[in-house]
Amino acid sequence: MTELTVSIKNRAGIHARPAALIVQTASKYASSIWLEKGSDRINAKSIMGIITLGASFGTPLRILAEGKDEEAAATAIQALFESRFEED
Amino acid sequence: MSADEKKFTVLDLLSLDLKEQNALDLRCIGGRKGLSREITTPDLNRPGLALSGFYESHAWNRLQIFGRGENAYLRMLDEAGRTDNLKKLFEYPMPCCIFTHNLTPGKSFFDAAEAGDCPVLQTDLPSSEFSSRVIRVLSDIFAPQTTIHGVLVEVYGIGILLIGDSGVGKSETALELIERGHRLVADDVVDIRCVNGSILMGQGANKVIGHHMEIRGLGIINVTHLFGVGAIRDKKQIQLVCGLEEWDSNKVYDRIGTEELTAEILGVRIAKLEIPVKPGRNIPIIIETAAMNERLKKMGYHSAKEFNQNVLRWLESENARALYFNRDDYL
Repeated sequence: MTELTVSIKNRAGIHARPAALIVQTASKYASSIWLEKGSDRINAKSIMGIITLGASFGTPLRILAEGKDEEAAATAIQALFESRFEED
Repeated sequence: MSADEKKFTVLDLLSLDLKEQNALDLRCIGGRKGLSREITTPDLNRPGLALSGFYESHAWNRLQIFGRGENAYLRMLDEAGRTDNLKKLFEYPMPCCIFTHNLTPGKSFFDAAEAGDCPVLQTDLPSSEFSSRVIRVLSDIFAPQTTIHGVLVEVYGIGILLIGDSGVGKSETALELIERGHRLVADDVVDIRCVNGSILMGQGANKVIGHHMEIRGLGIINVTHLFGVGAIRDKKQIQLVCGLEEWDSNKVYDRIGTEELTAEILGVRIAKLEIPVKPGRNIPIIIETAAMNERLKKMGYHSAKEFNQNVLRWLESENARALYFNRDDYL
């Protein structure tokens, strides 16, 4: 199990487009991937799940991945957060 | 709401959005500073004994309900100038004091409450009605809760939770079921609460998301607008779990239906089916049939067992006939 912590750096937070980006990235990997906000844990391959988290600007999130390509998967998703989902 | 991480405060209780027969009709009439106090248990207390000065086993951590009796006693204390008891009462960090029947306490009570930072609430409801409503509401809030990645639909009145890996076709199956006149409860993220220790209630995790679905190739659709309010439902008890999985030719699937699988959610066991998915297999129809079969079972008729019993009875009679014809003493 790989675990990384990120925070949301784009002003708008995770709305539909960033959620779709996360899902697209997560679906490339075979590992099971989850995002965690507080006690809520959702599947990172589900758009509605990610939007339901209601992650706004500055919210800390945990990326959890388990499977044979878990490290690559977790860092790829972390990179998305770092790049602010190509927004400001 | 998981009780361990998120706190449920008095302010949360006031801002609950409840419908007519569940409405608590609460408003804050004093001690606003204490609105951030946490409610830690779903129980109530009538503080009659505490008011009279008896504090042994005083359940201060519960919601304190002041009805007509308590209010009359308070007025009596007020008139007799015996307000020391009130000071003692507010030394305990009670979550809040609630006056029913639209009663308002005297000034001495408000002063003591303000000094103790304890919120004072008021409701129009009578004590017994308020108690039963608030217990119902709080036991829902304090019920064990979990979220599951899946789709909850109501098919012929049976709440069916579809689970399975991403991309196996849960949402598409649900869409077809909606098309066929069944109802969507929640897509993708299902919030499950265990009510009364044995009932699993499922609902959407978030009001904002409402009844939207994500369908690959279409994007996000609004089920309420597309199919009408008849196609949705807010809450539903989960009675059957259907696991959808890619067809695995090495796996043995149930062919008869006499063995009963169960899934465990929050410690409650419910019937489970494993349905293999393969192109050309019409999953929605299988699920519709499963729902009807489940209803039959609940009515006491188990198709697979009944069938097997008929087969056994028939074999038995064939056997008896063969024995009869082969008897040596047959004339």
